[in-house]
Amino acid sequence: MSTNVHVLHARDSLTMLRRNLLHARRYPSMTLQVALIPVFLLLLFVYVFGDALGTGIGQGGGRTAYLAYLVPGILLMTAGTGSVPTAVAVCTDMAEGIVARFRTMAISRPSILVGHVVGSVIQTVINLVLVTAVALAIGFRPDAGYGEWLAAGGLLVLFVLGLTWLSVALGLISKTPEGASNAPLPVAFLLPFVSSTFVPVDSMPSWIRWFAEYQPFTTVIETVRGLLTGTQIGHNGWMAVAWSLGITVLGFVWSLRLFDRDTR
Amino acid sequence: MNPTHPASAAIDVTGLSKAYGDKVVLDGIDLTVPRGSVFSLLGPNGAGKTTTVQILSTLIRADGGAARVAGHDLAADPHSVRAAIGVTGQFSAVDNLITGEENMALMADLHHLDRHEGRRIIAELLDRFDLVDAARKPAATYSGGMRRRLDIAMTLIGSPDVIFLDEPTTGLDPSARHAVWQIVRDLVAGGVTVFLTTQYLEEADQLADRIAVLSGGRIVAEGTAEELKRLVPGGHVRLRFLDPAQLGRAAEVLGTGVRDDEALTLQVPGDGSVHTLRALLDALDNASVEVDSLTVHTPDLDDVFFAVTDRPGHEKVQTR
Repeated sequence: MSTNVHVLHARDSLTMLRRNLLHARRYPSMTLQVALIPVFLLLLFVYVFGDALGTGIGQGGGRTAYLAYLVPGILLMTAGTGSVPTAVAVCTDMAEGIVARFRTMAISRPSILVGHVVGSVIQTVINLVLVTAVALAIGFRPDAGYGEWLAAGGLLVLFVLGLTWLSVALGLISKTPEGASNAPLPVAFLLPFVSSTFVPVDSMPSWIRWFAEYQPFTTVIETVRGLLTGTQIGHNGWMAVAWSLGITVLGFVWSLRLFDRDTR
Repeated sequence: MNPTHPASAAIDVTGLSKAYGDKVVLDGIDLTVPRGSVFSLLGPNGAGKTTTVQILSTLIRADGGAARVAGHDLAADPHSVRAAIGVTGQFSAVDNLITGEENMALMADLHHLDRHEGRRIIAELLDRFDLVDAARKPAATYSGGMRRRLDIAMTLIGSPDVIFLDEPTTGLDPSARHAVWQIVRDLVAGGVTVFLTTQYLEEADQLADRIAVLSGGRIVAEGTAEELKRLVPGGHVRLRFLDPAQLGRAAEVLGTGVRDDEALTLQVPGDGSVHTLRALLDALDNASVEVDSLTVHTPDLDDVFFAVTDRPGHEKVQTR
């Protein structure tokens, strides 16, 4: 019996994923756009501020050193901005008659959301690959081996999964697509800025440093930075995994509860 | 289980109620719909029709009462209810971003049809609903009538026993409306039970075996179209005259009817048959009363509707 339920969940989730990817293929507009923001910031900070900031953060200084410092944070910002189209897509979709139809069908109910989540994670991962390619093209030369790349990639995907479930919940509580596009902004911009994306947290005043040091983005950034460029990871490693899992569980439970709220 | 209604009822509802805050939407409704019949829930906007469909199709929960749909308890076993029903909502339940054929394939996948079987059923339904030419176009480009046909075709992929159609012809032009009516008739011929809501009396009259009139969250009348028509006073013939003198003479000769001196009309009971009309005109002819014009009014569902929903100021006249 329980295997049948699992088969139902898996099968319907695949169907919903196919629907989601079909939408993305036909209307690629927003998802690619959000990848331009981190690329723009990468170029701006490397070529305009890079020399000064590179000297400021120490480690030999200069533009090249700053590029190496910046890339992990820009990758996290790519993960953050990916949450905006997810929230908008979920909010828009919930208003469609087709979702009301899904709710009256004998299908796996979570599959409707799982389709969105997996589809969004795939698109954000594509964005991450694009941003990494731009970074490599302008001279980012990490000294990581295959294992470290794999670990960094795995952690990023796990973190993206958490952010995506959270954005699904934000999309579900938003009444309009406009509201849905604003709801994830703290996640997409505020947290990446108040983190070690652009400058080390040591350089911040103590009251803000405490927050910046332990918030999810910094722990993941420091871990990815350590894996790719060999800096100290320390406690950030397990904290990054814990934050990612925690956000995933929170977003998942919250989303399913919101989805069931209007109906049974 | 409701002992008075055997398992043969497709829908069996007792004391269903629903309120949003202080606003009572459904105030204890009882319904029984036999298998293989068309049941129409008739009512003005805001009467609670859509809420009833949403509850019976498991979209929202009732506050009170019990219901069984296709033999399954709505509250205890919604999954089994969902497996037995199909719903076409008031607002089209199609995915506008993908093509008609992709919408159909989506439904086939969600009903876990194998690929071959799915393709066969999709081709058959697209053909039956005259959607073959549009199958490869996005549903967003469809006309209202096409979208409604696609909507119903998608509902049929799961071969449901009970189909809910919530205002299926609202917003459609007359030819599209007649196409939907024909679809409903074909469905019933195939043994499906149809629960239809509408604000069009003609639609209920055309399609439904039984009709319930919903007003203010209560069922205010229920029966066949014929039974409901018997609830209101019979038909009448309205005679119009050219001057008050003729009107006065006519009233004297016939000795019955409601006289309106302003409009120069006399309204006499009668069913509008040729026999009645001839007798009426003969009587007036013999008395040399000249009639200017004549209209026949037979009671229809509009009369029932207005009579049971307490809406004043109606007068529907037909000149057949």
